[in-house]
Parts: sequence; C-alpha cells; structure tokens
Amino acid sequence: MSAEPKLTIRLRGVSKSFGDKKVLDGIDLDVATGTSMVVIGGSGSGKSVLLKCILGLIEPDEGVIEIDGIDILTAPREQRAELRARIGMLFQNGALFDSLPVWENVAFGLLARKLCTRAEARARASDILAQVGLAASVGELSPSELSGGMQKRVGLARAIAAQPEILFFDEPTTGLDPIMGAVIDGLIVDCVKRMGSTAIAITHDMASARRIGDRAAMLYKGRIVWEGLASELMQTGNEMVDQFTHGRREGPIQMELRK
Amino acid sequence: MQVPQGVDADWFDREVPRVTALLDLVALVGRVLVGACRSSGRLALFAAEGLSHIVRPPFYGRMFLRALAEIGYFSLPVVALTAVFTGMVLALQSSTGLSRFSADSAVASLVVLSVTRELGPVLAGLMVAGRVGAAIAAELGTMRVTDQIDALSTLSTNPMKYLVAPRLLAGLIALPLLVVVADILGVMGGFIIATVKLGFNSQTYIANTVNFLQTDDFVSGLVKAAVFGVLITLMGCYQGYNSKGGAQGVGAATTSAVVAASVLILAFDYVLTELFFAR
Repeated sequence: MSAEPKLTIRLRGVSKSFGDKKVLDGIDLDVATGTSMVVIGGSGSGKSVLLKCILGLIEPDEGVIEIDGIDILTAPREQRAELRARIGMLFQNGALFDSLPVWENVAFGLLARKLCTRAEARARASDILAQVGLAASVGELSPSELSGGMQKRVGLARAIAAQPEILFFDEPTTGLDPIMGAVIDGLIVDCVKRMGSTAIAITHDMASARRIGDRAAMLYKGRIVWEGLASELMQTGNEMVDQFTHGRREGPIQMELRK
Repeated sequence: MQVPQGVDADWFDREVPRVTALLDLVALVGRVLVGACRSSGRLALFAAEGLSHIVRPPFYGRMFLRALAEIGYFSLPVVALTAVFTGMVLALQSSTGLSRFSADSAVASLVVLSVTRELGPVLAGLMVAGRVGAAIAAELGTMRVTDQIDALSTLSTNPMKYLVAPRLLAGLIALPLLVVVADILGVMGGFIIATVKLGFNSQTYIANTVNFLQTDDFVSGLVKAAVFGVLITLMGCYQGYNSKGGAQGVGAATTSAVVAASVLILAFDYVLTELFFAR
C-alpha cells in the first residue's frame, strides 16, 4: 500500500457569504506538496474568494484551512504572518505598485522582511527579472510603462522573489494573447518545478489549466463539482465540466441573464 | 366591526395606512441612526488602528517623508496665496467697518487675531483637504480596486502601517508648519493693504500687531492645525482604503473624503474654540 501524499494545503467545509449570497459553500480541497492544483469555474463562481480565504485576506464564515497542518484561522497572529510569508501570489492584473519602479516592486518582499539591503535587493531584482525573461534595464521603468505581458512577468518575478514554498496564480493569462499566455504558463511551470513549490492557479483558460496543473477542480456555485487530473480536463465525463471546458451554451450550467 | 359612536365609518380604512406610514418613518430613522453609528464605529476603529501604528515599529521613513513633502511642501503655494489674500481682504473690510466707529487703530489687532486663531488654520485646512485629502483617497482607492493593498498583505507588509500611519503622522506635523507660514503671510497681507492703501503708519501697525498677539492665540491655531491635519489624512485614508466598485467607487471615495474632511474641520474648529476661549 502506497503512503498517503503529504498535504501542504487542506480545506474542509470552507464557506463564505456576502450578505445573502453564498459564494463558497462547504469547500473541501487537498493540494499535495510539490503539486499544482488548477481551479476552474465561471465568473463569480467564488475562485478568487477561495484564494483570498487561503491567503487570509478574507475570513471564511466557517470551515478549516490548514497549511502544513496548521489551521490559519485559529493560529496566533505571528504564526499566521510566518505562514503568509511562505506564500507568493501573482494577482490577476499584476497589482504592481504604481509609485515604485519595477525593481523595487520585485524586491518589495525581500526588503519588507529585511532579507537584504537595498543595494543587494536591486541586484537580486535584476537576477529575478532575468528568470522571467526581462532585461535588467526594465527594473528602472515604472509599471505604467510596461505592456500587459510584461506586467504579468514582473508580477510573477515579485511572487517568486523570496522563493516561496507555496504559489498562487489568479488568472495568470487573462487579457494576454495566446502566445504570451503560453509564455507566462511556461514561466510559471519552470518556476514551480525549479523551486519545488506547491501551487494553486485559478483560471478560465483551458489551455493554461492543462499546461500549469497536475490536478484540477471545478467550482460551481460555491461548491467543488469535480476534481481529477488536469490532463483529463477535456474528457471528464462530468456534464458540467464538459460544458464549461468546451464552451457550450446548452447544458446543466445556466447563465443567469436578465431579459 | 362595530364603529365607535362619533367616529366616521371609514375611520379604520384611513388610520391603518397612516399608522403604517408612521412605522415606515420610524424604521427609516432607525436605519439611518444604526447606519450612522456603524459608520462612526468603523471610522473610530480605523483611526485607532492607524494612530497606534505611528508608535509601533516597523516605521516606514521613506513613506513618511514622501507624505510630508506631498502634504506640506507641495501645499505651500496654495496655502500661501490663500493666506495673503485673506489678510488683504480682512484689512480692507475691517478698515471700512471700524472707521464708522472711529476705531481704525483696531485693524492690526483684528487681522492678527483673526488670522492666527481662525482663518489661518481653517483656510489652510480646507485648502489642504481639497488638495491632499482628495489625492490620498484617489491613490488608496485605486490601490484597493487594483488589488495593490491585498498585494501588500501578501508581501509581509501591513497596509495600515505602510499606507495609513505615515500619512496620519505627516498630516499631524505638516499642517501646523503650513499654518505658521499662513499666519505670517496673512498678517503680512493685512500689513501691505493697511500701509500701502489705507495709509497706516507701518511702525504703529507692527507695534499694534505684536502687542495684541498672545501666545495662546498662536498656539491654539497650531493645535487646531494639528487636529485638522489628522482629520484630513484620516478621511482620505479611510475613504480610499474602503473604496469599492472600480473607477466610480474611487470617484465617490474622493468626493466623500473632501466633503467629510471639510465638514469635520468646521465642526472641530467650533469645538476647539470652545475649549480654548469659552469663558
């Protein structure tokens, strides 16, 4: 009998409502150490709220969220801060700090945790920018001077700068052309494999989901309706997943359109 | 149902809608009061947390200096111009009013007391509220709706400590400094009009100004300015930090920050004047 895989992230019964709207409804999810989980689902299905709950940015109404066996909802503040420091996050729109140059964005986490001096951080930022295929000169630019693809790369550089054990990606290819999307996915896979990180990515992009994920789960109306191998996403046999992955109008998922 | 004697037959039909309307009104007033209490509580908690981070490390010196330059240095032109023209108008108006009672000699004292006690801090506060309060709300609001504030949290940085505390401290320090400048330039504006246009003797005017000005007048103005500085930055930070709903939400936060800060400045001006000068 094979040993149970070690879990880095474990969710049990996580629920969250905003007013009358139940966004997460008893989510159970396991992510094994060193693997990538892709969460797919339509707009408003609760994907971003799920990530923010794990990050501690939103407090769920009920449930358990464990990172390496520690329940982040009941852990002391210092322990929560330590856990959070082990997570890197690539936000959907990059979320780069407008008031800082690119190099300072990349090295922000290193400077905040006093892991190096400003001079060292500048040099480290150039190295990390090179890892995501950007020249050191980009470090002197302002985020507003970058294209969408470059902003994503800088966001990725910032997420991996402190070599986190856990990486979250919020719709990493949204708004990018297919080629740039593939480039970003390639960089994400390289970074995750190189650092041996555990990753959760949320996306609508099926090509991206199959490239990034080892496993995948589909969220619909706040519940996980399917979970399995990412490589099987296009032929799961689950009606909801099939409708979503093939982009069919007809099926069990009904869009709520006002007439 | 039996209708009481002396009561119209349709009395019940008429009274029930009236009672319902009255209950609706009471419910509306209740909702507004509960909403106001909730908002005040949230603002008080936000202020307490923001101010507490001023004295708790780590400190973000660069953010503080940036905020100090933005609030203090870059507000100098608008505050200076406002103060000079206010002093000039004050001298002109008081001269025309006081001359009716042959009390022209009181112009210098009226100008210096009005400027140091009231007009310096209040006008500087209102000008800075319009300029800086709006800018802070817009900057933090944009950071909120573009996930930059969440990104700070994921990078081991407390947004209240990094974004709010340095601005509150900068407001607390910058406004009194601006008011010192406003006081000097306001009195100077009055002096120019009094001596050049109204024919006052310059040495007498200065002597009157110095003799009438007391430490309390000047200090009360600085205390007011410090309070106004905190109010302006607090409202800018609070509205921006809690904005939602994209560009429209940021716009609404900006407007709310300026309006709330302006009203609070006038309200606190009255309260502080009562505390300092009411006998």
